[in-house]
Amino acid sequence: MASEQEVQDGLADIVNEIAGVPQEDVTPGKSFTDDLDIDSLSMVEIVQACEDKFGVSIPDDQVKNLKTVGDAISYIANA
Amino acid sequence: MTSIVVTGLGAITPIGGDAAATWAAMLAGTSGAAVLNETWAADLPVRIAAPAAVDPSDVLDRVEARRMDRCGQFALIAAREAWAHTGSPDVDKTRLGVVVASGIGGLITTLSAYDTLRDKGPRRVSPLAIPMLMPNSAAGYVGIELGARAGVHTPVSACASGTEAIAYGTDMIRTGRADIVLAGGTEAAIHALPLAAFAAMKALSSRNDDPSAASRPWDVDRDGFLLGEGAAILVLESAEHAAGRGATAYAEILGAGMSSDAHHIAQPDPVGTGAATAMRLAVENAGLGLGDIAHVNAHATSTPLGDIGEAQAIRTVFGSTADDMCLTGSKSMIGHLLGAAGAVEALAVVLTLHERLVPPTINVDNLDPAIDLDIVTDGPRKLPGGDLAALNNSFGFGGHNIALVIRST
Repeated sequence: MASEQEVQDGLADIVNEIAGVPQEDVTPGKSFTDDLDIDSLSMVEIVQACEDKFGVSIPDDQVKNLKTVGDAISYIANA
Repeated sequence: MTSIVVTGLGAITPIGGDAAATWAAMLAGTSGAAVLNETWAADLPVRIAAPAAVDPSDVLDRVEARRMDRCGQFALIAAREAWAHTGSPDVDKTRLGVVVASGIGGLITTLSAYDTLRDKGPRRVSPLAIPMLMPNSAAGYVGIELGARAGVHTPVSACASGTEAIAYGTDMIRTGRADIVLAGGTEAAIHALPLAAFAAMKALSSRNDDPSAASRPWDVDRDGFLLGEGAAILVLESAEHAAGRGATAYAEILGAGMSSDAHHIAQPDPVGTGAATAMRLAVENAGLGLGDIAHVNAHATSTPLGDIGEAQAIRTVFGSTADDMCLTGSKSMIGHLLGAAGAVEALAVVLTLHERLVPPTINVDNLDPAIDLDIVTDGPRKLPGGDLAALNNSFGFGGHNIALVIRST
């Protein structure tokens, strides 16, 4: 199980790779859509990449609850 | 009738990363052919192609590039260059249109998405696959880039697509829908599947040991086309709008002619009836006489049948006035860019008329005795001053025949 810091670092790399957001901007309080300008297609890509990187399953009905970076970190770290 | 002028040019081709480099390489008679050394090409019967001179990933922002198929990347690069070339004007975006054609569209994305589906399952298929693979993707991205709101379109007519885009863009302005249209074509199909499939049709040159000699329109030893990739975009503009902002008019799109063969899905009509009709209609649409056409940038793909059919069609239409025209075959250098071919060649015609120089056809070592036309072979040929008009021919699988008449300004 990855620690929350490890998840945040890994997620920051993914968000940077997919959407070009600087890693240091991917912090728990940020909203994917409102703060990081991630569109719905890129969000699907981020979920796919997280499933591969962290070996977790994020069902489609959970994705809508992952509004912030912090939501995603805690879901993945506790999955 | 509204006059349509060309006020900007952009390109990325096998012989240049932009329009100026492409033009300089054409005048120098440069071949863009290369051996494909990638492992995916090792078992192919044809292992040669004409890849773009510059990789689009070296030009575009990384994140921007990963959301586009390679054909969209080419189109965006060419469109940005064309828009900058015309001065990046501040125009009414509701009067700005985009027409970017493609023969095949985002084929490489389609194939790699299928690899993912097969190897990793449906949940790993990219949500970007559809917006990348759809044939109108390149046009859509160019439209978004420029904020164009007068309409974004994608004609699909195989190897005539790029020429059809320019005809369509001209119509958009003539019919009052737009003041400026970015029009052209893009293609990115250098991949094992299309190479294998075109080779299965016996359409490609198999001169694997001598790629730069593979594309040889009108030469007696031609054995098929060389697959190229890239894009070209022309800025078309009503002459009134261009004059109003002081834009340079490099040439005028004077007319277009179109016909269809109704003969065979992939083979040309052996006597070129449809091709002849398109050329005749283009000259009529331009309001010119047959003797006014000084030059033809021919479709001339380097296939045994196609080159003859086009030459016969030219002789049928122009009769003895064909003796006063000179022809060139740009595909001898750039290969066949499929849906982008007609756009690159229209760009070549614009510069031919503007610079009054016809680029050579390379590799014509022994002109096919069945060709009784004046082919420019040994270096660029100087054209005279005064009004000059030229024809740009494109024909495509499906029996599409499109000819443009372009005039000097």
